[in-house]
Amino acid sequence: MLTITDLHASVGDKPILKGLTLDVPAGEIHAIMGPNGAGKSTLANVLGGKPGYEVTGGSVMFRGQDLFALEPHERAAAGLFLGFQYPVEIPGVSNVQFLREALNAQRRSRDEAPLSGGEFLKLAKDKAGLLKMDMDMLKRQVNVGFSGGEKKRAEMVQMGILDPAFAVLDETDSGLDIDALRIVGAGINSIMRSPDKGVLLITHYQRLLDVVRPDKVSILAGGRIVETGGPELALRLEAEGYDSVMA
Amino acid sequence: MMAEAATLTLPSRRDEAWRYADMDAVARLGAAALDQWQVINVAAGESVTRCMIVGSDAPELHRIRVTLGEGARAAFFVTNRGGDYTRVELEVRLAKGAHFEFGGVTIGGGTATREFVTQVIHAEPEATSNQTVRAVHWGTGTGNFLGEIKVARHAQKTDAAQDFKALLLEAGAGANAVPQLEIFADDVKCAHGATVGELDEAARFYMMARGVDPATAQRLLVQAFIGDAFVSLDDEAERETLLDAALSALEGARL
Repeated sequence: MLTITDLHASVGDKPILKGLTLDVPAGEIHAIMGPNGAGKSTLANVLGGKPGYEVTGGSVMFRGQDLFALEPHERAAAGLFLGFQYPVEIPGVSNVQFLREALNAQRRSRDEAPLSGGEFLKLAKDKAGLLKMDMDMLKRQVNVGFSGGEKKRAEMVQMGILDPAFAVLDETDSGLDIDALRIVGAGINSIMRSPDKGVLLITHYQRLLDVVRPDKVSILAGGRIVETGGPELALRLEAEGYDSVMA
Repeated sequence: MMAEAATLTLPSRRDEAWRYADMDAVARLGAAALDQWQVINVAAGESVTRCMIVGSDAPELHRIRVTLGEGARAAFFVTNRGGDYTRVELEVRLAKGAHFEFGGVTIGGGTATREFVTQVIHAEPEATSNQTVRAVHWGTGTGNFLGEIKVARHAQKTDAAQDFKALLLEAGAGANAVPQLEIFADDVKCAHGATVGELDEAARFYMMARGVDPATAQRLLVQAFIGDAFVSLDDEAERETLLDAALSALEGARL
């Protein structure tokens, strides 16, 4: 579903990804772990198409398409969702307005009829409920005045509404307390655990993986995947640290 | 009348209130146009609200003189989307306890200058005024806000505020803010602020990552930016009309 081959990318003049290869087929939740500075967020941002991240080599195929031939909004319409480590505040724009524009833009690009205001609100209410989020919060400005945990839950509400085929989740567990972690984890399972969907789950900690059980775990270090294994790899990392596993 | 008009001379850029004006366009308007003042008197305790959409392919000058009686209230909301030099002037005199509210948006590209020039005279005590201007420009378009506030010696407890923010979508666009405060009373509050910035790229990428196309992302961000100018307009339909007029001018802006 997502096939990354020998990917090289730089931020400014600094090479960060140095030959990253990874394949995530449909039906797989693939966790990426790695030390600080390994290139985890760079990978997420390159996949999302964030300005300032330059691809200098390699390729990414997503559902049979060259991902880098698509603009960020086209990637979203093609079914890619990027969960932000630091969700952005947008003063003056409500969540409801933003998400309805986003969903209907995606639907239009797939030749589907846009949802009416009523239809959209019903869908939003349903997905907000899944993440135990009050509808009143969705009527507020995008992420403005939200706590760290609320921002991450709002990200998952967005994911629920947009219903992507593939999600790249960049440290979605950071800034969450134990209860919020469970709610967000359950949200990921409910929205994305499916034979025809895939997830790249970037995280520092085992605790999210206790809720969202990965099918595979890869270690990203020095801009490359250095080891791939099953869920037991994450447990070994948690117990022994990166040095021992990568040695 | 003819004889009187003939004696009028054109202003020059040495006049503070015409410092950033497009003098070629002013000359095309002619001296007679400068003598056209719309006069609005609001009696004590009364209230008026005016919404205007100004701007066309020719130069425009709108001069309005407002006199507010005791406790009177006047609110002006203007979308200035001129394709040529377009200037809106408001000269407002407030009696005791009166309130003047102004929300203005200048928006446009090309080479035109759009401007708001206000003179707010707090002639009596306890009057309040609040002015919010937003400018969105691209190409080599320019937006100006020249706001003069005069507080008379005995106009204690005056509360006057001015807020200007400009969003420049391209390097060649410009904005000028000239606040001018002339305060002779000692117990007054006068606040003014001015900022010039660019579109929030992080917000734009966030929107695009959710599937919003670049033009819609820009429209949503501009809408949020200019919304401040009309936030104190209660009539939702009027507010929509002013916003739509501004946002339709945005079509054709650089993404």
